[in-house]
Amino acid sequence: MAGLSLDLIALQLFTGLALGAIYVLFAIGLSLIFGMLTVVNFAHGAFYMIGAYAGVYILSFGGNFWICLVAVPLAVGLFGLAVERFLIRPLYGRGIDYPLLLTFGLSYVMVELVRIAFGKTGYPFDTPEVLQGAVNIGVGYFPLYRLFVIGATAAVLLALWLFLEKTSFGLIIRAGARDPQIVRVLGVDVARVWLIVFGIGTAIAGFAGLLAAPLQGVIPEMGGTILAEAFVVTVVGGMGSIGGAVLAGLLVGVVVSMTSLFAPEMGKVSIFALMAVVLIVRPQGFFGRAGLMS
Amino acid sequence: MTRKTTKSGSISRRRLLTTASAGAALAVSPLRINLLRAQEANIKIGFPVPLTGPYGTEAQDQVRAGQLAVAQFNDGGGLNGRKAELVVRDDKLNPGEAATRTLELVEKEKVNFVVGSLSAAVQLAINNVTKERGIIFNSISQSDTINEASDFSRFTFHEALNPHLTSGAVGRYAFSKFGKKVAFLTADYAYGHEMVRGFLEVGKAFNIENLGDIRHPIGTSDFSTLLPRIQALKPDILCISNFGRDQQIVLKQATDFGIKKTTQIIAPLLSHASRVAAGPQAFDGVIGGCSFYWGIEDKFASTKAFNDAFKKMYDGRLPSDYGALGYGGVSAVLAAVKNAGSVDTDKVIAALEALKYDFYKGPQYYRKCDHQSVQSVLVIKSKSKDMRNESDVFEVISTDEPNEANLRTCAELGHKA
Amino acid sequence: MKVKFRGMNEITRPQQRGAATRVSWFQFATEHRASIASLVVLVFPLVMPFTALAVNILIYGLYALGFNLVYGYLGLLSFGHAALFGTGAYLCGIAIAHFALPWFVSIAVGILGGLLMAALIGVLAIRTRGIYFAMVTMALSQCVYYLFYQAVDWTGGENGLRGINVRVIDILGVKLDFINPLTRYYVIAVFVIAAFFVLSRILASPFGAVIEAVRENETRAKASGYDVTLTRLITFILSGGFCGLAGALQALHLSIVPIEILHYDTSGIVVMIALLGGMGTFFGPMVGAAAFLLLENLVSLWTVHWQLIVGAIFMICVLFFPAGIWGTLISRGKP
Repeated sequence: MAGLSLDLIALQLFTGLALGAIYVLFAIGLSLIFGMLTVVNFAHGAFYMIGAYAGVYILSFGGNFWICLVAVPLAVGLFGLAVERFLIRPLYGRGIDYPLLLTFGLSYVMVELVRIAFGKTGYPFDTPEVLQGAVNIGVGYFPLYRLFVIGATAAVLLALWLFLEKTSFGLIIRAGARDPQIVRVLGVDVARVWLIVFGIGTAIAGFAGLLAAPLQGVIPEMGGTILAEAFVVTVVGGMGSIGGAVLAGLLVGVVVSMTSLFAPEMGKVSIFALMAVVLIVRPQGFFGRAGLMS
Repeated sequence: MTRKTTKSGSISRRRLLTTASAGAALAVSPLRINLLRAQEANIKIGFPVPLTGPYGTEAQDQVRAGQLAVAQFNDGGGLNGRKAELVVRDDKLNPGEAATRTLELVEKEKVNFVVGSLSAAVQLAINNVTKERGIIFNSISQSDTINEASDFSRFTFHEALNPHLTSGAVGRYAFSKFGKKVAFLTADYAYGHEMVRGFLEVGKAFNIENLGDIRHPIGTSDFSTLLPRIQALKPDILCISNFGRDQQIVLKQATDFGIKKTTQIIAPLLSHASRVAAGPQAFDGVIGGCSFYWGIEDKFASTKAFNDAFKKMYDGRLPSDYGALGYGGVSAVLAAVKNAGSVDTDKVIAALEALKYDFYKGPQYYRKCDHQSVQSVLVIKSKSKDMRNESDVFEVISTDEPNEANLRTCAELGHKA
Repeated sequence: MKVKFRGMNEITRPQQRGAATRVSWFQFATEHRASIASLVVLVFPLVMPFTALAVNILIYGLYALGFNLVYGYLGLLSFGHAALFGTGAYLCGIAIAHFALPWFVSIAVGILGGLLMAALIGVLAIRTRGIYFAMVTMALSQCVYYLFYQAVDWTGGENGLRGINVRVIDILGVKLDFINPLTRYYVIAVFVIAAFFVLSRILASPFGAVIEAVRENETRAKASGYDVTLTRLITFILSGGFCGLAGALQALHLSIVPIEILHYDTSGIVVMIALLGGMGTFFGPMVGAAAFLLLENLVSLWTVHWQLIVGAIFMICVLFFPAGIWGTLISRGKP
């Protein structure tokens, strides 16, 4: 086997960042929804998948990738709004498990509907022409599209941060995350806030799915594996913490990338073992709220 | 009611009516129907295939082809008038479900034979159930674990080819043409290991330089962590041993990374469905093996006959590689039944072992020690230009003729001489 | 005057000995729940499309029964019960396929495997709260999945464990043909019925009352002097025993153990079954298993899109019938 040069390790690190970027986007939505609504969205992977398929659909109408970047999160977010309003809202107050169970069933339904509408075998998704090819980043050639993914993720994070920190709605969200009771007492319609948070969270998931499509193609089952891995990210980072999701997402991406360098077979076990360790030693993860009771 | 006295020898009207109605009742009673069915019951062939799941398309093609085989058998008079019937079940690509379905087929449907399976784990599960109950099972799953002594039984037959055979054929072609420095990228599961093992064995004869075997877990959706390592090795040939989704994704990503510019990519198996799903770009220039391609109809009359019959039955559709396996598996069993003149298990086993057939791709027969069908392997290359029709996605660049020497030896598989 | 404690969601009125009481059908059913369940089990194969399906229903019903102990009665949602079910199956299978141990001993090994794995996961997970418990159990059971996957020499890896071929069941000299579908059903039914009685006893015992107390109000239970963590752990371990037995029976029934048995999908299925049937009720899990497997079997015959129907029905249950099929039925019939 060829020697492990510093260049190769650096390249692998970069690859880990690109991998982590998708995890981050996916986990942010999951974390937001959990932090605000205390709902574990088992259908998050299905929303991710729908984002990718929405991209396929729009492209088939002659649209281009840039339009998709805007249209897909809008479409998926709207669908997310409907789901929250009609399926999840009736379950609040019934116990923390019910929304989880509902989204679990919902994921089966969504995946099967997509199979019926688009077929079982999936679609290839071409990298947009202008983003094809590789660039020399100093330590080697790195695919241009992956750099774009890192960039797009950073842009979304920035937008989200600005929204949360600088707008009044963002203020409500942050307050609601800290203490929903007080927010309600102050006259805010919490139900509407939760509706919008769910919409935002699922919109970001759909966006992540669209970004992932050129990397691995589009199949109905694509949400399943990333969901399990994203749970790891959300738990390690801390349920409800955006910063935690970012840090943990990148960490997990790099861990997977590095273990595949040294011991590829241990890749999957390593992240679940990591998740178990964190849950046992420090259940709230890096930045999560301690003592999150049922 | 008054009793009418009748002359002895003549039948009262009442008696006649009673007897007639009793006779009529008996005529339609289940008892009578059962007697009839016992004599003319169809020859049932259980057909568990993964209609649900990622290989649903392939499975549906197998069902189509299997039904064609049954139709041809019935049209040809069946077994002295006795017809055959395909009992299709969905095994959901899950060994536990496959075992349950096989139990249903054997215990409730009382099938005479079982043909089917696509995944390796499923074929082993079905086999475990059928061999315990003395039912012949002709597997159409492409893995040769079932031929190993621990799983094998005299009721077990294997129509499909296996990774060793295909990687051998591709290796023999590629190692003589493209260079000696070979890197391997292998899915870390039984099937992947089988494929790599085949390549390495063939590679010994060609004195290849093994630059390294990089393993990836199955279900990997992102190979970007592995491809730079491979590029750094600077191989002449990159041998990718995986299948299905994994293969589609890795070929796509390898193309994006520009590996094809400096390296020839080979794969042990290229399937029609994968080529269509992944598109021409990903598969462009990739060389691999397969068991069947409709395009060889120029070479074999049996292929042309199969293609024509399939087109006729299914609106001009051409059979795929997986479909052909379904056809071969069922046809072989039915041919043996015809030769044996009965559905008795021992007689059919003997007939299968003696069978020399050419149903769809040229001459084939079953090797005695492990009931593996000895058959040809096609080496193919994806094409995206000069396509005669939308199914014309491969060109056959070489053929490995049927040869027992290309299989793992009986001893290797654990069979005593 | 003796005061008897009854079990969950049911009568808690103490009965005076000697006093004449009018017993409603509901009370009667509760008192003899194990016997009634057993009767149903005995006639079950006659109404099922095929016997192997009836056996699967028994096995998944038992699996759900074990899960129900933790989720329905204790109130802890676990997403890792596949580890308990699968360990029972694999250990029983390995005992037969690799060590040629007699069938009876192998079943015991399976139960033991379930108990031990539950102890291991329980010790690690039991201090976590609420939704985190679900996540930890999922993560730990995935680790178990990968470990068994890698141990190819013992488990067969992703090809599954084959060779669990028990042809003849020898009970004190009487030889039963295990290949015969009905014989196989009744042999397995005997174990399931035994499990019913054991479970019923546990639930009716003082410990059973403590389990429910912990679910209803943990702080109060603690104030009353009960060790909540220990109660949770013991319940989890007991649940492992039942699930381990179910797994062992599954290994014998299918004569293989597929690796998928340890995957989180299998954990998800038991959650669906428990909810569908009705959690916290005695008959709920069996009803749920029957409904789920029959539905899957029937729908599969019409369409390949059975996941759509099953998922939709599950969602409808969560939204409108959270007590599940059985739970909703008995809440109507309750006096």
